[in-house]
Amino acid sequence: MGEVKLRILKDRIFTFIIYLLTFLSVIPLFAILFSLVKKGLGVINLNFFITLPKPPPDAGGILNALVGTFLLVLIASIVSIPIGIVAGLFLVETRNRFANMLRVLINVLQGLPSIVIGIIAYLWVVKPMGGFSALSGGIALGIMMLPMVVKSTEETIKLIPYTLREASYALGADYFTTIFKVVLPAGISGILNGILLGIARIAGETAPLLFTAFGNPYLNFNPAKPVDSLPLLIFNYAMSPYERWQNAAWGASFVLIAFVLLINIGVKLGGRRWRVKL
Amino acid sequence: MESEIIKIRDFSAGYGQNFVLKNINLSFEKNKVTAIMGPSGCGKSTLIRCINRMHELNLDAIHKGDILFNGKSVFETNPILLRKKIGMVFQRPNPFPTMSIYDNVIAGYRLNGIKLSKKEFDLIVEDSLKKAFLWEEVKDNLHKKGTFLSGGQQQRLCIARAMAVNPDVLLLDEPTSALDPKATAMIEELIVELKKTVTIILVTHNRTQAARVSDFTVFLYLGELIEYGSTETIFTTPKNPKTEEYLIGKFG
Repeated sequence: MGEVKLRILKDRIFTFIIYLLTFLSVIPLFAILFSLVKKGLGVINLNFFITLPKPPPDAGGILNALVGTFLLVLIASIVSIPIGIVAGLFLVETRNRFANMLRVLINVLQGLPSIVIGIIAYLWVVKPMGGFSALSGGIALGIMMLPMVVKSTEETIKLIPYTLREASYALGADYFTTIFKVVLPAGISGILNGILLGIARIAGETAPLLFTAFGNPYLNFNPAKPVDSLPLLIFNYAMSPYERWQNAAWGASFVLIAFVLLINIGVKLGGRRWRVKL
Repeated sequence: MESEIIKIRDFSAGYGQNFVLKNINLSFEKNKVTAIMGPSGCGKSTLIRCINRMHELNLDAIHKGDILFNGKSVFETNPILLRKKIGMVFQRPNPFPTMSIYDNVIAGYRLNGIKLSKKEFDLIVEDSLKKAFLWEEVKDNLHKKGTFLSGGQQQRLCIARAMAVNPDVLLLDEPTSALDPKATAMIEELIVELKKTVTIILVTHNRTQAARVSDFTVFLYLGELIEYGSTETIFTTPKNPKTEEYLIGKFG
């Protein structure tokens, strides 16, 4: 009898420890959310979104950074989505040493420090163009997003049943029609999820933008000119000695985290709705 | 011999070094239902997949001998053109999950870049679904996704999709093996009706199905053609003892 009681006791202790550790792992997230809401929510109002920064001691809004982030994400998407989807397809369709090598390289690219990608974009785009620009920042972010698009495409397409392709071939469709009109649409929800998570990730990148997009206190829609982005604005404002600017940095952080959180929740919910029933 | 639409001549096929089908000689009659039966692994599916050249999609597929479709070798015909004339329906219903019922039916046109007016497409959809006995059940939901249908309905949708491009031959690869008895009965009724317009080659591992719907029966065993003849003869007075053993259920 004593033996069994001891076991039950042990079991309870371990269960408790597991719950405790699990709980500990989410504490940082809630602590961050708590301080963001506490310090950031106060400065957020409509004006915060639709006005430009003002000279100190005023702070003004973050419209320049919102437009800049949008522009950067757009350019990064244009760069990474087509290439990423085609590369992902290639990895599924091709079974040889080259494809395996490519898969390893994609993993390496995913692990590359973002600052290094920034330096590369500086060398490739900023220097030849003769100045900082949204384009160079977008390309740097696009390179960061690329592996995520490749992998989500590969993982999704791998799961599309072969019978679907057979149906298409049997109707006389050629290979490329089958891939682009039957296989890809069937995997669209998974690919879209990968793209959204990629966007959520690059939206918060700062390091590669320091010497590419550079930052810009004015409104700019021109991809050849420097733009601001939310993380850059947070970086600059948080380092400033002015209290209102620091508060604006909290507000911008709140906006950024809310954006990332919304994308993640959207992917979870949307994943269910958009999923193609196979 | 005008009535023989497909002729298989000294034909062998398989994978890698291995011939699954051995030296088959066979002709299929126009506007008849020919059932190919035999135990699992005897090469039934391989045989009909060779007719519309789907077999070659396997990387290690091999074949020798010839298959003539309307007197011309299928191996000298462009597979895309060939498959427009020889439709196929598979074991598991496989409607395109991203397309509506309507778009599934005209997929053969859309995927091949053939553009017709909305009116013409409407006609084709209605006609094909009627041919597949599906029209009454889906006519109010044509723009819903095909995957919401039941298994039997999905399979009839696949038949409608194959019929929409007006093929001369329809290959059915165990079309009812994933369906319940009621859905199976419906497909069988449909097969008998369809032979007015197309030649049907039906692969089945179900002996009674072959007896119910086919005009001719082919019996394959271990990749060899054991017996071929009218269904009535095969089921009443088989010449080969192997056929008889199979029919009374001694194996397979």
